[in-house]
Amino acid sequence: MPQGQVFVEKKKDGRWPAWLMKAGWYLGDMLFRGILLLFVLLTVGLVLGIIWVLISNSLPTIQAFGWHFLTNQAFDPVHNIFGVAPAIFGTLVTAVFALFFAVPVGVGAAIFLAEFCPRSLRIPLAFIADLLAAVPSVVFGLWGFLVLAPWLFHTGEPWLQQHLGFLPLFQGQPHGLGLLAAGVVLAIMVLPLIIAVSREVMLIVPREQREALFALGGTHWEVIRYVVLPFARVGITGGIILALGRALGETMAVTMVIGNQAMPPGWSLFNTGYTLSSVIANQFGEATPGLFLSALLEAGLIVFLITLLTNILARLLVAQMGRTRIGEFVV
Amino acid sequence: MSVSSLFSSRSCSILTLRRRVVNALSVIFAAACIAIAVAILLYLLLYMLIQGAQFLNLAFFTQLPAAFGSSGGGMGEAVQGTLILVGLAALFGVPPGLFTGIYLSEFDHGPLAMGVRFIVDILNGVPTIIFGLFAWVLIVIPAHTFSGLSGSVALGMIMIPIVARATEEVLRLVPQELREASLALGAPLWRTIIQVVLPAARRGIITGVILAMARVAGETAPLLMTAFGNTFWNTNVLQPMDALPLRVFVFTESPYPVQINQAYAGSFVLIMMILIASFAVRWATGGLRHRE
Repeated sequence: MPQGQVFVEKKKDGRWPAWLMKAGWYLGDMLFRGILLLFVLLTVGLVLGIIWVLISNSLPTIQAFGWHFLTNQAFDPVHNIFGVAPAIFGTLVTAVFALFFAVPVGVGAAIFLAEFCPRSLRIPLAFIADLLAAVPSVVFGLWGFLVLAPWLFHTGEPWLQQHLGFLPLFQGQPHGLGLLAAGVVLAIMVLPLIIAVSREVMLIVPREQREALFALGGTHWEVIRYVVLPFARVGITGGIILALGRALGETMAVTMVIGNQAMPPGWSLFNTGYTLSSVIANQFGEATPGLFLSALLEAGLIVFLITLLTNILARLLVAQMGRTRIGEFVV
Repeated sequence: MSVSSLFSSRSCSILTLRRRVVNALSVIFAAACIAIAVAILLYLLLYMLIQGAQFLNLAFFTQLPAAFGSSGGGMGEAVQGTLILVGLAALFGVPPGLFTGIYLSEFDHGPLAMGVRFIVDILNGVPTIIFGLFAWVLIVIPAHTFSGLSGSVALGMIMIPIVARATEEVLRLVPQELREASLALGAPLWRTIIQVVLPAARRGIITGVILAMARVAGETAPLLMTAFGNTFWNTNVLQPMDALPLRVFVFTESPYPVQINQAYAGSFVLIMMILIASFAVRWATGGLRHRE
């Protein structure tokens, strides 16, 4: 109700004139909308603020090293030489390893959930998978550090060496902690994301298209192979890229199991290493203003840009499926 | 449907036999995949819960960590710290998230809303350590001290996109007829939203907020460089403050079995928190609803 309008008299039946009511609505709505917009701008400003803080604070290393920051082997605060080549290597290797295992299992599991699964099982199974996505990463880190790494050291890595030792991937001294452990933990962590997204895009394949191939005498596998997967391909790719971004940005679990020590460059997954975000997590405590601090923030900037890119790409792909949103909301 | 279709076909030429075998193999492959995924998950959950439950006791919540090497003690200061950090984070994160969600659902369906929605999604995908760096540079470094406040600012920022998204999705579930009825009775849009739409979606919004709080309560990376951790009772948010995941992280790599056991107990609490929040969300969004 508009207040303080002393010059306007109420009508005889005690109501305000219509034009005033309308003006009041209009003003109220504008005000409400304005307040909401303020907070919307705050949210949008947050992204811009992050970009600004990261860029402006990494200028010293950008100016000092330029592109060499990406190719320098040393991250050496003592001599003020900073490079993140081993970190980028570690980040990429662990993420790719994780996807190598998580994608087939995740898509297969999604096929089961979307196609073969009895209705009564679908929701509990999906719920379990979603739950895994919500477990804090420090818990995965704890499991990786206390259970997985010792097992890899005593059993897993010697076994791999014995049977697959001809591959350069499985040579050298087993450490337990290292790229392999980080890759395994990451694979488990991104699995639910791949399952959730793939399942959702498979479930929106039009019923008529499936039925058409069934009517032509197709087996269920042929329907999946020639109808469901081609239809859902774009969305599944989006989900995989989303998972890639998640794996590239994961900090805690990786920091706890990757060993955090650079080794001479090599292809062995047994090597310890570090990633862009684990560098930040390990080094911020010693960071002194100047190049060191700037180097950490540039590492952060690179992580941010990589995940930004993967996220945008993934959302664009999923948007092609006619969905603006995927997964994640329900736990 | 699937399994029965394997055996239903009457004709048995060689071609169909091959197709049926391929079909059967695909079922087996898919079933194996889900079996692997569920087995890993159940193993992890049960292992952590069983290990954690062994070492969980009252002292865990009420006592400080024991001196190095001695037994007993708990993570009371970390539990307290997490409660303070998450409470403050909600104070910072819920209003922007809530209002952004309302704006997206109720006011704008044009290109601006699409842009904002996109940014919310982007924000959701930003690695959480980036928020930690942000708060570190803006608060910790100028203040020359790690602080609970900077930690809760970082956590609050992480909450914004989660709350915004949950709010928007829940508001979309409110029937359009409710809004129309209210508008038809002459209520302006803002009153319709505050008195009709929001109350109708209240349960969902509250659980969305709880979910976001549970999510950030498990965050470690952004707290490393902000709240930093502390092994004493501390309620001063301008001082370094402990948090449950931080303590779990530190104790996991401890050489003392007592502390490792407490890390397990801490993980138990973190997982239970997520479990309870997840079930709360299921309950609030209409049972085991899944978009199908």
